Amino acid sequence: MTTTWFSSPADATARLRSAGYLTDDATALTAYLAGALEKPLLVEGPAGVGKTELAKAVARAAGAELVRLQCYEGLDEARALYEWNYKKQLLRIQASGDGSSWSETHDDIFTEEFLLTRPLLGAIRREEPTVLLVDEVDKTDIEVEGLLLEVLSDFQVTIPELGTVTATRRPFVVLTSNASRELSEAVKRRCLFLHLDYPSAEREREIVTSQVPGLDDRVVAQLVDVVVRLRELELKKAPSIAESVDWARTLVALQVGDLDEDVVARTLGVVLKHASDQQRAQRELKLASR
Amino acid sequence: MSLLDTHIGFVEALRGAGLPVSLAEGLDAIAALEQVSWHDRETVRAAYAATLVKRQPQRVTFDAVFDVYFPRLVGDGARAASDDAPGDGADRSPVRDSGSDLAQFREALAEALASGDPSALQDLAVDAVARFGAMPGRGPGLSSWSAYTSLQRVAPAELADRLVQALLGRGVDPEQARRTAARRIGDFTRLVEGDARRRIAEEKGPAHIVDATVRPTIDRLDFLAARRTDLEEMRREVYPLARRLAARLAKEQHARRRGPLDVRRTVRASIATGGVPLTTHHRPRRPHRTDLVVLCDVSGSVASFAQFTLLLVYALREAFGGVRAFTFVDDVVEVTDRFRPGADVVEVMEGLAASTAHASMWGRTSYGRALTRFAESHGDAVGPRTSLLVLGDGRSNHSDLALPVLADLVGRARHAWWLNPEHPRHWGTGDSAADRYAELLPMLECRSLAQLGEFVHGIA
Repeated sequence: MTTTWFSSPADATARLRSAGYLTDDATALTAYLAGALEKPLLVEGPAGVGKTELAKAVARAAGAELVRLQCYEGLDEARALYEWNYKKQLLRIQASGDGSSWSETHDDIFTEEFLLTRPLLGAIRREEPTVLLVDEVDKTDIEVEGLLLEVLSDFQVTIPELGTVTATRRPFVVLTSNASRELSEAVKRRCLFLHLDYPSAEREREIVTSQVPGLDDRVVAQLVDVVVRLRELELKKAPSIAESVDWARTLVALQVGDLDEDVVARTLGVVLKHASDQQRAQRELKLASR
Repeated sequence: MSLLDTHIGFVEALRGAGLPVSLAEGLDAIAALEQVSWHDRETVRAAYAATLVKRQPQRVTFDAVFDVYFPRLVGDGARAASDDAPGDGADRSPVRDSGSDLAQFREALAEALASGDPSALQDLAVDAVARFGAMPGRGPGLSSWSAYTSLQRVAPAELADRLVQALLGRGVDPEQARRTAARRIGDFTRLVEGDARRRIAEEKGPAHIVDATVRPTIDRLDFLAARRTDLEEMRREVYPLARRLAARLAKEQHARRRGPLDVRRTVRASIATGGVPLTTHHRPRRPHRTDLVVLCDVSGSVASFAQFTLLLVYALREAFGGVRAFTFVDDVVEVTDRFRPGADVVEVMEGLAASTAHASMWGRTSYGRALTRFAESHGDAVGPRTSLLVLGDGRSNHSDLALPVLADLVGRARHAWWLNPEHPRHWGTGDSAADRYAELLPMLECRSLAQLGEFVHGIA
């Protein structure tokens, strides 16, 4: 049984937009293809350009549940796939006492009852439409990638004691990465690839306006201009979309009607998170230093 | 050519240009193309990109190859038929490259640049090659279109001042105006080059043009052969590269970090599970650390190479402690304190450029003198925990090489390497002493970001 996630690229654009996510053409097309070809989608790009948000928006647009696996260093099979509930198994063995034979007990303790489902297995076993988000996959160790391979290519998980669990309904898989580590060729080959970058000034204005409706159009334009200029400087951490939205919210909270140099200098901390970046921005934008 | 031939040729060309496109990915691309409509070229491009490109730096190469195999238009396209040439229809001479035409064209170009309309610029680029880049009547085997000729004739760079003035008139501040002007002229130049490639491909088949003109991806590009614009692009690439390396190193050290079993903690934890030690606890392993001493030749012959390696040193300095950096031409200067943690990259590189002037007393590279001076004044920097790294081409102007000094330094260091930005076949030719030095310590070829990355990963 298959679900059609989006019927066409244009449909993807429209439905993602109604879910509050403004895409460009390439993004919509790739999202559509990921659904149509039932292939996982690897989204790469700088922090804060909406990679995770894309997965959430797909879930919202398709009315699917979002299952999220947040990757981190040291993530292992037990946290990603499944785990046996050892303590419960121990209790079971102790409770059974001498009444039953070993083989019965043995069969008993490797059943569904003692299986703790983790996100990957959970997403595969779900009957309802599911978006599986494997977030920041570059943060994991190399070994976890091997574990992902079976899930990504065949949508199945092998549990030695129970057998192979195959997806009845393939989830829409989104992997995100900041490219802090090169992923293995094997993972990349199985995925469609999308590089999300900072948006054009026009699209960013739209995004800010849609996220922060209370802000004056003129101020939004000024704000985006400053952000675009900041990205042109060689900063350690260029401001992301998320940060321009934060900035817009800050300006609303401060009830600023005009983004002049003084306001920029006062609120620069919202968009730039390194002291050296702030100094550089103040120099380059010729702001009065505080 | 049938569609399948085009597809296969395209995939082959991508492989030739250094993109690892597997058979499976080629099939994916076809599956993807079946799902989309073919009427829009950008859709086809995006579908191919989603399935074939797996790394962002490859995208530039991909786009260039795509433009050759899936041209925007054929010949002069529909424009040729309906083109009434700027001016009146009266002067439709077969030669459209006359002085007045050029003046008119430049006028139109100036307007398009000022407005920044991409489709107008694209049309003008096609026009520019059609009119001013044609070289009819050349011998067989030589292409009859030239981006170089058309750019020479049109000379877009000379329009820069006008463009800046126009932008200033609209209330853009001067610096912004200069940047915008430079960017738009650069865009136009690229469009012209792209269109010339397309026309040549039409004549000689796309495979030929891909071999001849598509440049390797930025991380495979030779340091010494890089153009100015490439250098800027590489510089942007170095910082993420170093960050990636640092992240990878830290991670691999973590993976190996599990130390010996901590029996006490493990037993205590096992009480909760009835004496069965389900989770084991380990003692943390003591971090081992090597100091890195970098000796970097900053003379003219390796200037661009030095810039990258210093940038890399800078980035590693951010991630690790214990990096000391020295620059030299014929005298040695320590530049470690320039790499303050948290300092600004651009500022540091500017400061370095200024301070390298002091690295030279006579202005001629002398490895012997530099090494001797280093051993005298900073010899204590090299010890049993130190990794010594020498960066340079080993071209020492036939002066004394101070081989024993270097041998002594190498002997005292824990590891030592020499990175040479020249191809091994040039080592030992002319005034290069690379082969002599190579007898003392391992010398490695380091000509591109990819090789640099491999090396840095290897040493940690």
